[in-house]
Amino acid sequence: MADFLNSLVGSIDPYMLQILVNVGIAIVLALGLNVITGLTGQLSLGHAAFMSIGAFTSAMVTIKTGLPFVANLAVTGVVTAIVAAAIGFPILRLTGDYLAICTLGFAEIVKVFFLNFEPTNKALGLTVPPAKTSIPMPIYVWVVAILAIVLVTFVQNSRFGRALKAIREDEIAADAMGINTARYKIQAFALGSFMAGIGGGLYAHFLSYINPSDFGFLKSVDILAMVVLGGLGSVPGAVIGSSVLASAPEFLRFMSQYRMLVYGALLVFLMVFRPNGLLGGVNVTELLLRAIGRKPAGK
Amino acid sequence: MFLQQLVNGVALGSVYALIALGYTMVYGIITLINFAHGEIFMVGAFIGLLLVSYFKVNVFVAIIGAMIFCMIMGVLIELIAYRALRKSSRLSALISAIGVSIFLSSLALMVFGADAKGFPDGAFPVRQIHVGSADISTLQILIIGVSAVLMMGLEFIVQKTKIGKAMRATSEDYNTSALMGINVNRVISFTFALGSALAAAGGVLVGVLFNAVSFNMGLMAGLKAFAAAVLGGIGSIPGAMLGGLLLGVSEVFGVAIGYSSYRDAIAFTILVLVLLVKPTGLLGQKITKKV
Repeated sequence: MADFLNSLVGSIDPYMLQILVNVGIAIVLALGLNVITGLTGQLSLGHAAFMSIGAFTSAMVTIKTGLPFVANLAVTGVVTAIVAAAIGFPILRLTGDYLAICTLGFAEIVKVFFLNFEPTNKALGLTVPPAKTSIPMPIYVWVVAILAIVLVTFVQNSRFGRALKAIREDEIAADAMGINTARYKIQAFALGSFMAGIGGGLYAHFLSYINPSDFGFLKSVDILAMVVLGGLGSVPGAVIGSSVLASAPEFLRFMSQYRMLVYGALLVFLMVFRPNGLLGGVNVTELLLRAIGRKPAGK
Repeated sequence: MFLQQLVNGVALGSVYALIALGYTMVYGIITLINFAHGEIFMVGAFIGLLLVSYFKVNVFVAIIGAMIFCMIMGVLIELIAYRALRKSSRLSALISAIGVSIFLSSLALMVFGADAKGFPDGAFPVRQIHVGSADISTLQILIIGVSAVLMMGLEFIVQKTKIGKAMRATSEDYNTSALMGINVNRVISFTFALGSALAAAGGVLVGVLFNAVSFNMGLMAGLKAFAAAVLGGIGSIPGAMLGGLLLGVSEVFGVAIGYSSYRDAIAFTILVLVLLVKPTGLLGQKITKKV
């Protein structure tokens, strides 16, 4: 099995493989943020901080213990979720842009903390040993990405997900309807961060080198742009948004030095012409049903 | 020692305040976090540098030149990247602002290169003046003086002129002021022009102070100034001034007592702590939401 998977991964062009893995990790991160910002409507500008907590936790677990990689990812996710819940408890009382700036501030604090944290080599960054598993890392990334898609789709249509959407639409009304808004917001925050932590763990082991500076404000913004570009609150949107934006810098590589320039302009133009995101307000299941010639249910 | 650090802190803080004013005014009127604002600050610094090194003008002329250039740029940015998005979700406008920010900083990287540029020698005569135990440089006096003049000018425009009155009305209630015959588009353009001009002045001042202008100086300065605006209570002009000064002073004192490697975290730690106690900032209005 492991041999087969290894040869399968080996048969893909390494450059293409790199892009596909980046897309996979981006999907996990974007879906996590989609739970917080898209479903619950809490703008977070610090998602990369949770990714970095996950990346460093996962790396330390690999270095210090002999846990198999699956258990490592689980531990990483749980640790990140606990940190997120602890942070979320005080700051989720804030609303709107005050919350956004608080998450931003928290992310900067986490970055500076790791830049000064002795066990993770401070600003030099940490070299991550290979993961304790026989299955190649890209397969892990894609499996986790698919699991994340399934998980968020389920969450979205569950009682929990409906409560989150109610909070997004009107927090006061949701409160009046008996939804414990504080608890649900913290749970959503923890769930999103759980996924960010796992994404960070995968990132650390795929690149085998992590540096606190990689998880700055721009990384958080990257992830947010994926979610907004795809269409807030839409799972297919987050997947498409992260696929487009995670691979765009590679496809724009032929423009070499103009790459980021075009990327910035692209963000502006996409937003001006599709203000609700590529798939915002588009019901994908309905479109699919239409395409195969069946009327969507309930119409 | 104390006085010395206080002067250093106030000089840094007044620059933060200048940038924070732009954030807070724009936010007050269209509730947009204008993430491109930090880059306008950076462009202002570069324009000032160009004017001083190639046209050999003095620092004051350079500040005015940079302010005029950035005014036009700020208005254009609003026109291209934000106006179409005014009716759509605020997050879309936010991403658009981030796009502008990435565009401007990579443009500066291409045009001016990756390394920091310094002002030519003697761009501004630096002398030290002894006051008690402190050495105050003429540069710091320049920064504090220019910032104070600009802030008083702003206060005058906002409180005493007709367009200032329109700005206050628009930030109070956007729709009603449109109904009352205020040309809100013009007010918004004017706000962007004012904010960008202040940021440009801040850019030139920081460039002269640290003698370094680089393509990525806008990001951290912008984030901290934004933190200052929120700390003071976003939307409030005196709040932005207070927040900027507070952050500047506490950052300088933090570094002075030996936390220099935590420099960038100091501002944000204060911000988070203050928000936990006062969720709408120091001078922000408490908003009661009606259902």
